[in-house]
Amino acid sequence: MNREILLGDEAIGLGAIDAGLSGVYGYPGTPSTEIFEFVERRTKKAGDVHAFWSTNEKVAYEEALGMSWAGKRALVCMKHVGLNVAADAFMNSAVTGTNGGLVLAVADDPGMHSSQNEQDSRYFAQFALIPCFEPRNQQECYDMMFDAFSLSEELSVPVMIRLVTRIAHSRAGVATRDRLPQKELEPDKQIKKWTLLPANARAQYKHLTEKQPELLRRAEESRSNSLDLRGTKGIIACGLAGNYLFENIGNDHDYSILSICHYPLPAEKVRELVGHVDELLILEDGYPLVETAVRGLFGLAHVSVRGRMTGEIPRTGELNPDIVRAALGMEPLPTAYEPATEISNRPPALCKGCPHTDSFRALNDALNDFDNPQVFSDIGCYTLAALPPLEAVHSCVAMGASIGMAAGAAHAGYSPAVAAIGDSTFSHGGITPLLSAVQQNVNLNVLVVDNSTVGMTGTQRSMSTGSTLDQIILGTGISEDHFRVIEPTPRNHEQNVQVLREELAFEGPSVIVARRACIEALKTRTN
Amino acid sequence: MEKNIILAGVGGQGILSIAFVIDNAALDAGFQFKQAEVHGMAQRGGAVQSNLRYGDSEIWSDIIPTGKADMVLSVEPLEVMRYRHYLRPGGWVVTSTTPYVNIPDYPEIDSLLSDLTAFENIIMVDTAHFARSAGNLRAQNMVTVGAASPLLDFSEDRLLAFVEMLFARKGEKIVAVNQRAFRFGRAAGLFFRGLVDSGMQRLTALSLIGKIDPETIDATHAAAWAGAIADDEAKLEAVLAEEEAVACDRAAAFA
Repeated sequence: MNREILLGDEAIGLGAIDAGLSGVYGYPGTPSTEIFEFVERRTKKAGDVHAFWSTNEKVAYEEALGMSWAGKRALVCMKHVGLNVAADAFMNSAVTGTNGGLVLAVADDPGMHSSQNEQDSRYFAQFALIPCFEPRNQQECYDMMFDAFSLSEELSVPVMIRLVTRIAHSRAGVATRDRLPQKELEPDKQIKKWTLLPANARAQYKHLTEKQPELLRRAEESRSNSLDLRGTKGIIACGLAGNYLFENIGNDHDYSILSICHYPLPAEKVRELVGHVDELLILEDGYPLVETAVRGLFGLAHVSVRGRMTGEIPRTGELNPDIVRAALGMEPLPTAYEPATEISNRPPALCKGCPHTDSFRALNDALNDFDNPQVFSDIGCYTLAALPPLEAVHSCVAMGASIGMAAGAAHAGYSPAVAAIGDSTFSHGGITPLLSAVQQNVNLNVLVVDNSTVGMTGTQRSMSTGSTLDQIILGTGISEDHFRVIEPTPRNHEQNVQVLREELAFEGPSVIVARRACIEALKTRTN
Repeated sequence: MEKNIILAGVGGQGILSIAFVIDNAALDAGFQFKQAEVHGMAQRGGAVQSNLRYGDSEIWSDIIPTGKADMVLSVEPLEVMRYRHYLRPGGWVVTSTTPYVNIPDYPEIDSLLSDLTAFENIIMVDTAHFARSAGNLRAQNMVTVGAASPLLDFSEDRLLAFVEMLFARKGEKIVAVNQRAFRFGRAAGLFFRGLVDSGMQRLTALSLIGKIDPETIDATHAAAWAGAIADDEAKLEAVLAEEEAVACDRAAAFA
């Protein structure tokens, strides 16, 4: 048996390859990026698995669904907020059902290490009425891929694998199996299944609801949902939370424990546990999904249910062994030293020589004439321009939101309405709001900082950079006079400030592309 | 047996390379291990850490509980302070003394080093000095893991084999530099412990080690040096005043 050291993300990738994967899809986003990258790296030489980053998560999901339609196994991976972007295709793919196995690996980020929220994707699985697996360790990440693909094909549903940062970005040794052959091309030509016109959609949706008892039966019987009845103190531990529990109590304890790693919620097992205990602690690394389901509106008559909603576990943030220890009422472990007070923070910063620094220095100077000007920004390395010393941008909400928000502010009469967005974020979510703004002749200025790569997640390929980016921008119908390209360098500073000033003074839509390659990307390219 | 190590540093210093070496040694030795790390936003010059755990029975949590760390292994001296409360009583600090200053309020280095000497169990190593001597300033991470290596549960040869595996792609020269950096770190760490165990003040030991020819450092001479210098400022000055690096077996000459 072969053993490899793998991140949880990589174990998902290798599990998919060994389960007979034909295509991997995704858009980079921490903490999910390494799933795609692993498959890409591992299959590059043979070239037998389609691996090419998509423009955004919705496109990725639709491509994966097409691969499934054609009868082959597809993996689509993204971060939790990426699933919001893919939600249209995702929700409807549960209604159409699948042909070849379709697995969605989505990496949540409790604690928001690199994200703007900590939404819990288990709700999305519940919402779409599909199964969800929550691996506890790297070996389960690998093994669950085989089960997920089989289940997807057997019951014709997409299957979600929900990861959290701590498993996505943690390494361990993983025992691997022989690789299964890929599926043959076998398109699913059941037109009514795939054409969700209302009449078909009603039938398909009913069909999806009819699958639910079987999905529940699978979860009830799943070896991933284990019930160990001992004393009258009960615990439900979901996914990784089980590790933090056993870290503290080991195997020699008197708790009755239900571990849940396969959803829908195994209701019968929950009832059996509840019938056996007089108090119940619920541990989940995410929102209180199981906790609210178990407590319901009216609570349980003879069992006190505790968790995030009652304060034993903090309402927000990532779970860890210390939090679980406190919730169990155990004394903290003795430590050699108290936490240091007043230790200087070391916030992330733009790299030395980063083109964004020059772009935002120029923007700051060009905006000097205005009273406390606000700049709408987006998601990428350049969001760091919000921090000192630049403090040049004042919003970061969703991929592409800078342009839409600047347009809305302009509609309201705000001027200058400035949006700053990166080249890859532009292709992901910026094209459509720009097209809207140009067609509406909105008075806004869009600064596209084109560093030719997806910088923050590790310099992946950008879809719209250089001349491709220029053609897309001009394709929105913007006036050529108000499409400007500058090179952000210290030497060009005055001249760049002048270009920005001119466009800020213009009444109408303008786009300024600040073009200089990411210095990190240059390093990788020359290596 | 279980060992819990917090690897600390600043994004770009190569703590994941340290993790690679120890992870592979742990897998090779048949241990269970888990190693959680930080990617994404925090890597842009921010404080980074990795929790590395290995042992001969099940490792549950990917994160080390407060009070369970056996070691804080830091490529940067200030970063030690950020994680010190994770240490169990009796736990070790192994740290570089080379500051990475990318923030305006970085503390005065002398007072930081003096704070570090207050740790009950600490190995301090001037990583910039040894990495430079080994041939590349970037090899400070290998110096640090070398200094920590006697406290790990693997032979020097096995660890060096994984240093080789880590850098093999970059060619023989880079492998040799990093292996030398590891060996310098290991020798310097053992020598530091030897000097301190023989009664020398930690900062004195640090100054002295900086003057010894790295190729010759050998902890078996620690007692002799501790006896010769005995925290006598004048005697230390005499060693530091030497024009060339001093061979480690020359303690008697300064007594």
